[in-house]
Order: sequence, then C-alpha cells, then structure tokens
Amino acid sequence: MAKSALDRRIAKELANSHKSEVVLTASKRLTKLRVTSDEFAPMDALKAQARSIRMKSLEDLPDLLGLFADNVQRRGGSVFFAGDGDEATQYIVKLAEAEAVSSVVKGKSMVTEEIELNHALEAAGMTVVETDLGEYILQIAGETPSHIVAPAMHRSKEDVGELFEEKLGLPYTSVADELNAAARAILREKFLAADMGITGCNTAIAEAGTVCLVENEGNGRLTSTAPRILVVVMGMERIVRNLEEASVILSVLARSATGQTLGTYINMVSGVPVGEVDGPEQFHVVIVDNGRTDILAGETAEILGCIRCGACLNVCPIFQTIGGHGYGTVYTGPIGSVVSPGLLGVEDWGELAHTSTLCGACEEVCPIGLEIPRMLQHIRTQTVAAGHSPGWLKVGMKAYASAASDPKKWSRAQGFAGLGAGLLRSEDGWLKSLPGPGRGWTQVRDFPPPQRKTFRQRWGERDHGTS
Amino acid sequence: MKAGAACISRKRWPSLADSEVPIPAQATPVQLFVTCLVDTLAPQIGEATVAVLEQAGCLVAFPSGQTCCGQPAFNAGFNDEAVVMARHTIDVLDATEGPIVVPSGSCGDMIVHHIPELLADDVAYAARANAVSKRTRELTQFLVDDIESPARVRSEESVAYHPSCHGLRNLDLGTQPEVLLGDIRRADLGDEAEVCCGFGGMFAIKQAAVSGELLTRKLDAIDASGAGVVCGGDLGCLMHLEGGARRRGMDVSFNHIAELIETEGT
Repeated sequence: MAKSALDRRIAKELANSHKSEVVLTASKRLTKLRVTSDEFAPMDALKAQARSIRMKSLEDLPDLLGLFADNVQRRGGSVFFAGDGDEATQYIVKLAEAEAVSSVVKGKSMVTEEIELNHALEAAGMTVVETDLGEYILQIAGETPSHIVAPAMHRSKEDVGELFEEKLGLPYTSVADELNAAARAILREKFLAADMGITGCNTAIAEAGTVCLVENEGNGRLTSTAPRILVVVMGMERIVRNLEEASVILSVLARSATGQTLGTYINMVSGVPVGEVDGPEQFHVVIVDNGRTDILAGETAEILGCIRCGACLNVCPIFQTIGGHGYGTVYTGPIGSVVSPGLLGVEDWGELAHTSTLCGACEEVCPIGLEIPRMLQHIRTQTVAAGHSPGWLKVGMKAYASAASDPKKWSRAQGFAGLGAGLLRSEDGWLKSLPGPGRGWTQVRDFPPPQRKTFRQRWGERDHGTS
Repeated sequence: MKAGAACISRKRWPSLADSEVPIPAQATPVQLFVTCLVDTLAPQIGEATVAVLEQAGCLVAFPSGQTCCGQPAFNAGFNDEAVVMARHTIDVLDATEGPIVVPSGSCGDMIVHHIPELLADDVAYAARANAVSKRTRELTQFLVDDIESPARVRSEESVAYHPSCHGLRNLDLGTQPEVLLGDIRRADLGDEAEVCCGFGGMFAIKQAAVSGELLTRKLDAIDASGAGVVCGGDLGCLMHLEGGARRRGMDVSFNHIAELIETEGT
C-alpha cells in the first residue's frame, strides 16, 4: 500500500518517542483536570443548556451576526465580513498599512492560524509577536500549534528551557516560573511598543456587540487594551445572543478545557471606549466564513457548535498517540478531523476521518454533546463515495456484501477463508504473517487460527443429532 | 431452509455431553445472532452463549440465514454495502419472534442503532428495522436486565474486564457485566480500563502502527494488573488483544464473558 502524506506524518510522530511521551502525559493530565463536579452548577444541566444555546445560535446565525454587527458599529467599531482567508488577511494588512503599523502583538487565536495571518503581515514588512506563552514558544521554534487550547503541549519544560537557551541566549532552566518570568520580561516591552493588537474571540454577544476573550495569562488583556488599534478575528459561528447565554458557554468552556470553573481573565470588549484613558482608539472585528457556510449546509453542521475546549483531543487515544502534528492541520484531534475536511475539502482531508476507532470517548466528554463519531462516519461515507479508498478495500467490501446477502455463498466463503488461512498456521495455530492487506494485522499482532468447523456447521450437526 | 427460518434445538453439543438439557416448561424463546466473527473464528463462544442461555431457561433458536450485520462496512464508510447487509439481516431476523440476543456490543449497537438509521428512508424496511432494533439485546444486557439470570462468572484466576467502546458508550453496558462478574477476584486496569484497545475494525489494518501503540498500552496495563484472564464482550477486541499478547509471549488467557459464566458441565 502506498503511504499517504497523512500516513507519513503519523509515522514521523510515532518515531519521536520523547514527543509522544510528553503528549500522552499532558493529555492525561488535562483529562483529569476536567471539571465534572457540580460545584456552583450541575454539570449535566449546564451541558444540556450549552448544547441548546449553541444549536439555537447556529439556527439563528444570520440574524445574530447582523445584530452583532449593528451593535459593534453603534459602539464605534467596524465590522468586516470575510468570505475567505485571503479577504480577511488582506483587510487586516491594508488596515495596518494605512495606519502605518510596524509592530503587532497577538493573543492566542486559532482562526488566525487557519487564515495564516502572521505570514501575510510579515510579508508586508510588519513584526508580529505571539504573546500567549505557548504560542510564543512555537513562534521561536518555528512550529505550528499541536493543540487548540495548549498549543505547545508537545514540549516539556526541559524542551522549552533548551529552546530559550538556544534562541534567546538565556541561561538554561527547566523551572516553569523562571521560564515564565523570562518570557514575561521580553513580552512586556512588545506590548508597550505595539501599534496593533490582534486577538481571537471565544464568543461574541450579539445583543451587546461585545467580544469575549478567555485566557489565563493576562496577555489577552494587554493585547486588547495597550495598542492603539485592536483587531478581533472570529469564526462566523462564534456567537450567542445575550450575556446569559455567554455565561453558560464560558462556564462549560473553562470546566472542560482547563479544569477551572471560570477562566482567570474574561475580557469583554465592546467597541471603542468613550471617556476612558485605557483601551484602543480603533476596534475592528473581522468575521471569517472561509468554508463555514458550506459546513452549515451539510450533514456535519453541528460541528460549528464546537466551543474549542479541546476536551475531545485530551481524551482521544489517537491524539494521545500521534499528537496534534500527526494530523497536519490547524484544528487537530477528533474535532479537527470533522472541521478540517469541512473547511478544506473532503477530497484532500477526508482521510482524517479514518484516524479514529470511533470509540466515542470524544462525544462522552464534549460539553456540547456533539456527535463526533457520527460525523466522522459520515465523512468516511463521503470519502468512499468519492472513490478515495484503496482498491483492495473497494473490491473486498463488494465481495463481502455480496456473500453476506446469500447464506450459501457465505458458507462457501467461510470455507475458502478457512482453507487459505489453514495453510498459514504456525505451531500454536495462530497466524504470524498474513499476505496482502492482512499484513497490517500481522504487523503488530497474530491472527486467530482458522476453525475446522464454523458455528453454523456445529449447530447444524447438533440440530440433526449427528455426533 | 429459507432465509429467516429458525431451527430450534433442545440438544446439547454432542461434544459436551449426550444427555438432553432439561428445558423448563415456560422456556423463553430467544433468537441467537451469533455475529460473523464468532461464527467463523470462535465458534466456541457461540456454543458458550447457547449454553448460558439454555441454562437460564431459554429455548435458543439460530436463524440460519444470518450472515453479517454490515457493521464492518458501515464503520468503514461503505454505506451502500452496509445497506445490502442490513437489509439481509432484517429479512432474516424480522421473520422470527422473541428477543434477539447478540454476544457483542458492537454488532448489538449496529442492529439497535445504526441499521434503523441506515434504512430510515427505505419504505420496505424502516418499520421492520425498528421492530428488530427493539427486540435486540446484547448478551449481558439480556441476562441481567431482561431475565435476571443468577448465573455468574467463575474463575480461579484474577480477571481483568475489558469493556468494548461500542457496548460501553453506545449501549450503556456499564453495570451488566459487573453484575455477571459478581465477586470474583478482579485485576484493575486503572486509568486504562475504559481507554479504547485500538482495534476499531478496519482501523486495526489501515492504521496498524497506531493500533499497535494502543494495543501496547492496553497490554502493559494488563501485565501490570497481574490478570490471569482478560474477559470481554466483543470478539473483535479480544482477538486483537490476544493476538498482541501472543506476539509478546504473555501468559494470559482471553475469554468472552459467555465462556466464563458457570454452566452445568463447565
């Protein structure tokens, strides 16, 4: 079987045992942190509420976005609807050029990774600094995020210590507080010097024209208040109607993402501050479609209800094994395997839906109750319908279905399979090596011995009293 | 015999004993959907299932037209093929009566949930698929919830239970296997207990290396637990685990829960 790009990426990640170990440990720790207790509010009730809020938001999306845009403008902000990533980056680059921006600080934002905003700004000659510690580490290392909440989760403290020593010339340390302090000292200067701050958005509030940004480091607050221009980039689905709804979403988000009952910093930005010393002079919201309307029209529409808590990544045995980089996409893990084929096309990315055992652990932990396995299965049907399966599997499945719909053919097929397998038996009866696609099986485990008689044969003999 | 016709037996397996099993006067008739894997690769699990059901007072029938429920095709995204197998399965099972018992959480999940979804827009099949779905029970569910069987697992060695994902999460099989395991000595798989073993049907072949990593994790946990026996409710996971254990030379037995439930003659 020819190896696909995905297979090669996965093989590369599996070969890096240190990285695999770090990812597994971090995933397990985050899974354990997840708050499932009923402290302050019963989690089951919150989840049900959160699901209904997100599903209703998707239903009312055009209405909510219109309302939100009106309210942002009413409060002195500007709103730009970007059909795709290029439109979004061009708008932001043009704005930066018009305002003579030379340096930009950024808060953590997955959608800006999706539209590759940093590249566009740097190509236009601007300096861009990531201020979330994880993102800052990746920027120095020249890597992409491997996790939607903990972007550098694949790097241990020791890895970061070595990186800071090599790239920043700092004395080596693996003490987290010292690493934090070093980064803080560097970043503080950047905030003060920046002309433009760019952040993402966890949820927008339509009736208030407000953008909510959750974080734990305070970098989001500085990014959204220190520079004179603030640009918020948000996926078009990231919206609810009012503050009550937002409070439910922010609560399940923190519980599921980081095991907090609420994020340390909840920044709420509403237009340009009037009569205040602090805050930006300009407030721009860029609302990005980039394939979301297509997803909304399809069978996996509910995936847009995702609040990007990352709980499904942490609990996924495949993510734990191959890490985010194995997927090769911005959005990784189970949720990414649904989102990425939706945004980037099933043609090229549908194969991701096969990087799952459909074990259902993701759906179990999802605070929105998204039916991730069902959606993965649906994308699999799309890849099959588009003819993207290996030839042996297509032929095999046809033959299998044909035999299974005729009990006589079925019994004959069982007989042939038994005979063939019989030739390959080893001493203990188990098969050590199968030919063709069966090689995948015997690559890592033995195959059970063929049986002299099937159950139906034994039953037939018992039934007729032959002994 | 035409598809769907049932052959009801009152006889024991000739190899086990020659006397007839006494069937209680009010025997519950049940249809055994044995699953294609058990039929082909582990007929002894099918026999153990029959023994357990008969001991519990059931009159077991084996609808001889049954083949495969279509789960492997459905799982892999081959819906056209899955529909063919789903229709055949409904033809066979809808022609019978009484509870349908399946010694597998995965196949049970297919018949209970996915076949009705697959055939929802099929006028000739939708209602029948729903009727079959309502009659279908995974083995431990049937024994514990439906007929409250007093039968329990017997084992001299400590037993690690491996809950298969589809049974655990899609059929909610949490308590039933526990009831059957009763108070035997248990081996604890700790954090790994409810983590997927990495089988996943075609996944085991298409993503063999990743599947192998998960297999290693699970086998390490089994090793550390000191289990002498690993017990599960799905042959797919069990053959994946046993195949890996043999490759490593581990001295552990792998059994379907039906094989461990004490019956006359075991």
